[in-house]
Amino acid sequence: MNAVLLSGLLGVVMMFASFLFRTKAPVRILAILGTVVLLVANIMETKGVHFFHMDTAAFLSFSNYALFFNTIAIAGTLVFFLVSSKDMQRVGNHYAEYFALIFFILTGIFLVTAFTNLLILFIGIEIISIPLYILTGSAKKDLKSNEAALKYFLMGAFSTGIMLMGIALIYGATGTFEIGKMNMTALMKSNLLTGGMLMLLFSMCFKVSVAPFHFWTPDVYDGAPNVFTSFMATIVKVGIFVGFLHLFYSAFEPLSLQWKLWMAILAALTLLVGNITAVFQQSVKRMLAYSSISQAGFMMFALVAMNETAHEGLLLYSIAYSLATIGIFGVISKMSDYSFDGFNGLANHQPLVALCVTIFMLSLAGIPLSAGFLAKFYMLKAVIQGGGYMWLVILGVLMAAVSAYYYFRVIQAMYFKEGPSHFSGISTFEKYVLVGICVLIVFTGLFPNVIFSWLYF
Amino acid sequence: MIALLLILVPLVSGLATFLIKKEEQVRTWSLLAAIITFIIAILGVAVYTAPGGWTFRAEWMGLLNSSFSLKGDGMGIMLCMLTALAYPVIFLSTWTTAYRKVHNFFGLMLLTQAGLMGVFLAMDALLFYFFWELALIPIYFICSQWGGERRIAVTFKFFIYTFIGSLLMLVGILYIYSRTPGHSFDISAFYQAGLSAKEQSWLFWLFFVAFAVKMPVFPFHTWQPDAYQQSPTAATMVLSALMVKMGVLGLLRWLLPVFPIAAYMNGDTISLLAVTGIIYASLIAMRQDDMKRLVAYSSIAHIGLMCAAVFAEDKSAMEGTMIQMFSHGINILGMWIVVEIIERKFGTVKISALGGIAQKAPALTFFFVIIAFANIALPLTNAFIGEFLMFKGILGSKVSQNGVLIMATAGLGIILGAVYTLRMGRKVFFGETNALTEKGTDIVFHEKAILAIIVGAILIVGIYPQPFLNTFDQISQSILKNSDVLPMLMKQKH
Repeated sequence: MNAVLLSGLLGVVMMFASFLFRTKAPVRILAILGTVVLLVANIMETKGVHFFHMDTAAFLSFSNYALFFNTIAIAGTLVFFLVSSKDMQRVGNHYAEYFALIFFILTGIFLVTAFTNLLILFIGIEIISIPLYILTGSAKKDLKSNEAALKYFLMGAFSTGIMLMGIALIYGATGTFEIGKMNMTALMKSNLLTGGMLMLLFSMCFKVSVAPFHFWTPDVYDGAPNVFTSFMATIVKVGIFVGFLHLFYSAFEPLSLQWKLWMAILAALTLLVGNITAVFQQSVKRMLAYSSISQAGFMMFALVAMNETAHEGLLLYSIAYSLATIGIFGVISKMSDYSFDGFNGLANHQPLVALCVTIFMLSLAGIPLSAGFLAKFYMLKAVIQGGGYMWLVILGVLMAAVSAYYYFRVIQAMYFKEGPSHFSGISTFEKYVLVGICVLIVFTGLFPNVIFSWLYF
Repeated sequence: MIALLLILVPLVSGLATFLIKKEEQVRTWSLLAAIITFIIAILGVAVYTAPGGWTFRAEWMGLLNSSFSLKGDGMGIMLCMLTALAYPVIFLSTWTTAYRKVHNFFGLMLLTQAGLMGVFLAMDALLFYFFWELALIPIYFICSQWGGERRIAVTFKFFIYTFIGSLLMLVGILYIYSRTPGHSFDISAFYQAGLSAKEQSWLFWLFFVAFAVKMPVFPFHTWQPDAYQQSPTAATMVLSALMVKMGVLGLLRWLLPVFPIAAYMNGDTISLLAVTGIIYASLIAMRQDDMKRLVAYSSIAHIGLMCAAVFAEDKSAMEGTMIQMFSHGINILGMWIVVEIIERKFGTVKISALGGIAQKAPALTFFFVIIAFANIALPLTNAFIGEFLMFKGILGSKVSQNGVLIMATAGLGIILGAVYTLRMGRKVFFGETNALTEKGTDIVFHEKAILAIIVGAILIVGIYPQPFLNTFDQISQSILKNSDVLPMLMKQKH
């Protein structure tokens, strides 16, 4: 509860910060300090220190898992601020408001990961989505940004409608919004319940861009300002994924016979669409949009497996994927040319940055010693342990090999080709942050024990 | 301790190499590191023969029941020895080759060495997989950055092939892990996984593809000639002399004992594929005009024979394979050194453009002839021992139905091998000199010394192989015991 209220408050504070401060540096420092406070508050809650005493049992329950994920989300946001907050200045004039919106999104994420009531899920998803529509369109003079925002808004509103419809149907079948009180085993054959569940499934798939509900993703990720794409594709996406897992694990578990195969097919489709389309992209930014779809396919493995390993795996995946993606977007926002050719010869001009990008790419491709490998490893392990679905596992690794193709194109461009530099304006501090992310990636890849010992203290 | 040092020394010195700026220092430093590794390996073989010397075990990834477990069995020690011996030779023989950003080159070379040592010593499936991939990444960078004209595409093909193979193997590893009693990645747990014949029949192929790509066995070989031709010679040496052994070791250590029933059932199919590959590669080698491609195809032929011998599941075939792994490493290293010297002297490796080198470079010719003899397995050379034992084993195999057919086809391959090797020797070294070879000079002292080491190794193993065979005795017996399929088939029937 600490984090939910605090992040909401921080959002309000940031809105007023634009009046309080004339220059931009204090705003940024305030936001970063706020995130640190948020992080500390959340960790204190995991240790049993509650700032606010409220009875939320009917709609929110913070399990260890949810709290741990929240820590990851806040820490990820902190990393995101450290890498990209300077670049946010270039988007538009409303610097403080961007931070405010991001804090609101965090509130939404905390709600989505801990809901026990379908209405809270709905509210959480909306709190995440509406600021995202604004952030997508925040480059007001840029036509592509406007187009992306409109597209995102129309499609998002539609999917939210479907979600609400699904919740209504489930209410009709069970007579309650609380997932603990739904007696699903008795209602196995209810068409109303199955229909509602499928609608929820589809609308959640839309939010995490699982094929065939992914069509908005490339355009929105491409059109939105780089810095916000970075946030949208990482923290927000994995946050909704944790909610997705929570919804189907704790609410719809009794119906798993009905949806397991759906999940497997959706995962397979997402892997195929994401990876194969990514191969043909010429722009690294668009490639990353498709790669985020394909990574969503791997995260869907958690929903197919639905066991302990899947839960751990999703945490690892959110760490690995978010760190690498935030890092690479941090680099892209400093490039004037987003195409693969724009990366030509980067190793000559910026050896350190090129090394960092290499590690991000290796992690995304799932090469051992990186967090990305371990994340994929856990996902495969979860599905194999669950039994069945070997075809999905084999398809998964074949698609991982395809993904190596487009991730390595970036490495090839940087190291084995020559070209003029399209990269400028990185400060020494940001370089240190990039190196820090690399260290985190390798450390997680080598000693995942440390991370999990926090989960099971 | 020895096992750990063999990985740590190249790893740490490799990482340190990236920081050195001066070219001379880089070369000296990395040569020194390679020599130190070699000395450690020799000490390990000669002095610390106590069983504890080659084992190391530490906690790692406790949650997954995977440990950092290393152990040198007869085969592993031999391959580590080969790796440790090969590296100083590779560094010395390419001493004068110029590289852009030389510190990166040598750093990556040493990292590859660490990965190779890890693969040869790992006794934990997850650790094995880690090293398996780690050996690949640095060599990928080396070949793509310092290779020939078409290096990027060619190396990438090699990378994708091996990556697909190893990912499939990862699925297999995970599946067996979920079947082991008490969920463990330890190799002994894998041996006792007790997989049913049906499970084995498909898991087998997941592993086999990974190893077959690496060796490479026909029809998974298409990456290899291009990669050997386009890579810088030092990297080609590593690829052909050391990296292919990862595949053979995989077959012996991970495939046969873990999937005995599937190996029994598919053995003949694979052996027939392998010997088809021998004939196919030999025929192509006969038509090659490029010396590098010729050596590459000849390597496919040699590896094919090893693959067929592995699936004979016979003690002498097994020992033959192991000794041949060492010999093939030495011989192909010698071949590449000669090719490299010729390329450096005359600027071409086209057989049709060369001729009559013997008149100008008698010492080089002398060494070449011995290496060529070893390549075609003449008696008194190292390859003769290995190939003889392998043939004996294939013929006496208890599990193979087509032993005679396999042996006859492979034997034809040996004859073809003599044809193309000697043809190359005749056209390049003998006959009349032409305008290009007219100005040739003989090799200098340090080149003679390196080639003398190679030739010395060829002759020692060829004349007195017994110490080697003694080392392999125990490990080949234990592989055979673990992969003995008859009691298992009996059990399945009841």
